[in-house]
Amino acid sequence: MYPPAFEYAAPESVEEALDRLAEVGDEGRILAGGQSLIPMMKLRLAAPAHLIDINEIAELAYIREVNGHLAIGALTRHADVVRSEVVAGGCATMASAAPWVADPLVRNRGTVCGSVAHCDPEGDWNSVMLAVGAEVVARSKQGERVIPISEFVVDFFTNSLRPGEMVTELRVPRDDDRSGGAYLKLERKIGDYATVGVAAHLRLDEQGRIARAGLALTSVGPINLKVTEAEEMMVGQEPGDELFAEAAQIAARTCEPTSDVRGPAEYKRSVVAAYTRRAFGRALAGARGET
Amino acid sequence: MEIEVTVNGVAYRRDTEPRRLLVDFIRTELGLTGTHIGCDTTSCGACTVLFDGVPVKSCTMFAVQADGHELTTVEGLRRNGELSPVQAAFKEHHGLQCGFCTPGMMLVATALLSSNPDPTEEEVRWALSGNICRCTGYTNIVEAIRSAAATMHETAGVES
Repeated sequence: MYPPAFEYAAPESVEEALDRLAEVGDEGRILAGGQSLIPMMKLRLAAPAHLIDINEIAELAYIREVNGHLAIGALTRHADVVRSEVVAGGCATMASAAPWVADPLVRNRGTVCGSVAHCDPEGDWNSVMLAVGAEVVARSKQGERVIPISEFVVDFFTNSLRPGEMVTELRVPRDDDRSGGAYLKLERKIGDYATVGVAAHLRLDEQGRIARAGLALTSVGPINLKVTEAEEMMVGQEPGDELFAEAAQIAARTCEPTSDVRGPAEYKRSVVAAYTRRAFGRALAGARGET
Repeated sequence: MEIEVTVNGVAYRRDTEPRRLLVDFIRTELGLTGTHIGCDTTSCGACTVLFDGVPVKSCTMFAVQADGHELTTVEGLRRNGELSPVQAAFKEHHGLQCGFCTPGMMLVATALLSSNPDPTEEEVRWALSGNICRCTGYTNIVEAIRSAAATMHETAGVES
């Protein structure tokens, strides 16, 4: 299968990439890992006239801890996250999701920022980012914007980037010692999209009550669904299975699964409930330092 | 556009259209047909090559992206005219039936053993989880890789 013809550029700096992006306008797409974009081009679901390949921009490959958050550069690959001690110690929800993204070969090439920008509701990372409250850094020749993930994910395969902008970094709040998180994914086989994915994040206050709760769902709606109603309901409450069961009921009611080859909608709904309860259980254990 | 790519230690300079997939470039432009096209949809791993030492699916990259980089294909595994430890172990343990997935399996195994010389069975299976074999049930493939690890351990110090 061959994609339609395109013009190709492989800039070696962000400035050069932004110049190129400004030149080609709406006809241009950033090529990062290409593990979603290239298959879509081969199927002719995407046909950008210009590809701007950022794989030669070494300065974008980093995971750093900066001012209370983790900074994930646009060329950070899934496999880098799997191996990262900064992520293992700084964001439990990300660390638990990373090994379940795609398969080992795709993880060697695909990037976190690319997956976030792609906004495929079956992608794992946007659920994680919604649950932990990440921010997306977008740059253009006009400057830099920092976009909360909930405003970045707009719709089915649609983000809120403006023409001329590219994602350069993700900013993920760092877990403190009263935070925990987990990502649970049901998949038919490794490399398949999630049948259901649940990202949960908790931060406790000094009394051990919930100071912040994050919950987002994969593959059960037109976008990765942030379950705001459950998050708000949990704040100020005593954490525990009863509360998590209540959050699970809200998640099951909120999600919009469809019946397909991965299972009937009602099955997915019940998995959402079970995984929500379980994921918060793990998040709580992490927040209490029990793992 | 013109690209220069080193494949199995040999530098090639070729003119190629940007949309040409890396696997097609390797097979038709360089004539290295050991790299197979299986699913062509980023699922099966038959087209696996080592890109700067890292296993990737060459059906999901453009040849132009290999400009200035080093590739290893199955043809490059042989050492000094002899089978590499991984190749020899696949032969010895019959880690194949039809052979279609075998180049990808051996490249993934080679990369695994270079970063983890003594993997557990679980680590081997995990590393192989992006490569599909429809014949063997994977058992002999896993045995072959663990045996290759043992052989390489025994001959440590000798180039493997």
